[in-house]
Amino acid sequence: MDGYAGKILYVDLTTGKSRTEPLPEKMAEDFLGGAGFGIKMITDLQRPGIDAFDPENPIVFSLGTFCGVMVPGASSKWGVAGKSPQSNALGEAYSTGFFGAEMRRAGYDIVVVTGKARNPIYLYIEDESVQLMDASHLWGKDNWETEAMIKEDLGDPGVRLASIGQAGENLVRFACIINDRLRAAGRTGMGAVMGSKNFKAIAVRGTADVTVADVEKFKELSFEMYRRAKGPATEKYRGLGTSGNVLVLNKAAAMPTRNWQDAVFEGAEKVSGELMNERYVTKIQGCDACGSRCEHVASVNEGPYKGSYSRVEYEPIYALGSCTGVDRADAIIRSVQLCDLYGLDALSAGVVVAFGMELYEKGLITKKDTGGIDLRFGNHEAQTEMLRKIAFREDIGDILAEGVARAAEKIGKGSEAFALHIKGVEMTGYDVRGLKTCALGYAVSRRGADHQRHGAYGPDLKGTVDRFSVDKGRGQLVIDGEDLYSVIDSLILCKFNRGIWNYDEMAQMYAYVTGLPMTGEKIRHAGERISNLARIYNIREGLGRTDDNLPIRCMTDPIKSGVAKGSLVTQKELDILLDGYYESRGWTNEGVPTKAKIDELGLSEYYQYLEGLTKKPKTRKAKGKGRAK
Amino acid sequence: MMSKREHKFVSADPDLCTGCTLCEYACAFEKDGVFNPLRSRIRAVRLYPSGNIAITCRLCENAPCVIACPRDALDQSEENGTIIVDDDKCDGCGWCLEACDFGAITIHPVTKKAIVCDLCGGEPKCIEICPVEALSLASRDTHATKSRIEASRKLLKAHQESEL
Repeated sequence: MDGYAGKILYVDLTTGKSRTEPLPEKMAEDFLGGAGFGIKMITDLQRPGIDAFDPENPIVFSLGTFCGVMVPGASSKWGVAGKSPQSNALGEAYSTGFFGAEMRRAGYDIVVVTGKARNPIYLYIEDESVQLMDASHLWGKDNWETEAMIKEDLGDPGVRLASIGQAGENLVRFACIINDRLRAAGRTGMGAVMGSKNFKAIAVRGTADVTVADVEKFKELSFEMYRRAKGPATEKYRGLGTSGNVLVLNKAAAMPTRNWQDAVFEGAEKVSGELMNERYVTKIQGCDACGSRCEHVASVNEGPYKGSYSRVEYEPIYALGSCTGVDRADAIIRSVQLCDLYGLDALSAGVVVAFGMELYEKGLITKKDTGGIDLRFGNHEAQTEMLRKIAFREDIGDILAEGVARAAEKIGKGSEAFALHIKGVEMTGYDVRGLKTCALGYAVSRRGADHQRHGAYGPDLKGTVDRFSVDKGRGQLVIDGEDLYSVIDSLILCKFNRGIWNYDEMAQMYAYVTGLPMTGEKIRHAGERISNLARIYNIREGLGRTDDNLPIRCMTDPIKSGVAKGSLVTQKELDILLDGYYESRGWTNEGVPTKAKIDELGLSEYYQYLEGLTKKPKTRKAKGKGRAK
Repeated sequence: MMSKREHKFVSADPDLCTGCTLCEYACAFEKDGVFNPLRSRIRAVRLYPSGNIAITCRLCENAPCVIACPRDALDQSEENGTIIVDDDKCDGCGWCLEACDFGAITIHPVTKKAIVCDLCGGEPKCIEICPVEALSLASRDTHATKSRIEASRKLLKAHQESEL
């Protein structure tokens, strides 16, 4: 096999020992890389039902197929998978930057880390050399300090880092992993899993060549894809970037505001992509071998947040802007920077702060709980201070660090009614009450609330379907998105480049790079396989139909204003959506893959986890309630 | 005969450069048919958060690398100013690398011989692939001319604004 390094690295932090195994060719063909590898590895290696913070819980870093290869938006994509401390089910997150390509050149496709180090360590991989290095002096440092200090310690400015900040160390359940300063493997709390292992960072340096199987054909296709990567399909991301969605979604009454009390943000103009670009964005730069570039680096040059900088995107503007009612661009930039420094998932962090604000405004918590902070919606100073308190688990921050699902359970008093999460993972920025295909996508998303597993907002917003009504046909739309995204997250192609590819071209690129036979249909099938294995994993860990739900607020509080005024998703509507989805998936009415489907996908060995479940009578009723954790 | 003054080298415009390193990929692939930045004759640098530039041989006058070589393995082309490496003489000692202020000449990871930009016979692959047209062939004079135009633009703008 070319492209792939052909090696899996296993590291046990308890014993300090490491070993390698060859990457099986069949696994490469069936699961491609990235998401496919991560999900397969945790299903195979992890003890069913394990706690996310159990030392035995493996955390799996897996590279996209094209790491280190000249493929637009795919040269340094890496993923991480493990049992999530938020959902108690599948945790997975993806990032870019330059870390993935370096890891490929170091000679690995997958790095599996188990165990727990006695004292803080970081893993230093330099080609075949794998060492656990003392990180006692790094514990308590933020991500950027950590990167600088490790480069200094190793005397090598070329080393690439993926690390956790204080949030990960303090087991904040939505702690992320940061690499190359501005890139995050954000969601589902993988940073906390690292923290639970006293595992501060991976530092990697690789010097090996990355080869492709068919040089001539590869060259032709690669240059063609680069031509497309700078064309109209990526124009949005090179221009306004995803921040351009602020005004678009706000006009569509789909920008969740003040903890989803509304979906129209009156301050949108003040935090729009247009304003960001005009006033704050100083550079739009690219990740490794990118053909288009999207990284909008925004800097603050005056006022209380002078000197702050961060990457701006729609999602954090939603989370730390509209969702918390903060209408100051400079405060949002600072807030995102704090998330990167502390290693908080900015999306969850914003929703968590918003939840705290609603608790405060409703009088369920007071200044006594907040440590004196006036935690009202729109108070930007309260937001930046609360982010710190969450990362360090101070005052109410200690409870909020558990995420909104667990915090609501602890606080009670009806607060679960405004805890915006699915499967314990906080909501991202599409108001699903008036985007009902998207609502289904969110409900069934394997890693909890998420727009990135399916992209099902597309048909709703484009008007391909009526966004305000439901029918069983939405199931297939979501499935098409999910299986495509399973492929995209396994080859790991940049989603901002998704418009330049079709399945046939993905398969051609796969074949030219690896030398393994591949067709468009076969790669689509691999996507379906990966989606199904993720479902099997989640079922094994205890999830089922009742967990494919929406936040209570999305089913009880209609949107208050704009074109989506009055819209929400009823239990009846959700049931129609789920029924259609399960049916089209070839799953039972309880959302369990059937034996026939599993056999067809070559997943028969995993049927053991479903035995007894597929024949269950259809009596369990969906409650449409947040699963208590 | 062409004078050395007019030699053109691959120059990166930091305002346009996105730091993506695609030039490195294209260079290594063109020269060796594999991907590895250590094989690339052009290298990109990012200074956090957003300073980006790509650096390759600038075809210096009286090139320090040529002077530094203890084995006379390096020579500078009269025709286009590129540094010519005599692989038979080069033993990979790396003095050229230390003499170069730009890190533009390096030692090949496999052959252990010095490698440096040869302009791909006049049509550099890095320039062809760069998605933002940050790379171009420039002589010192065109470089200076561009800088003068840019400086004048700023000065005149400041002048106009002060008159308003």
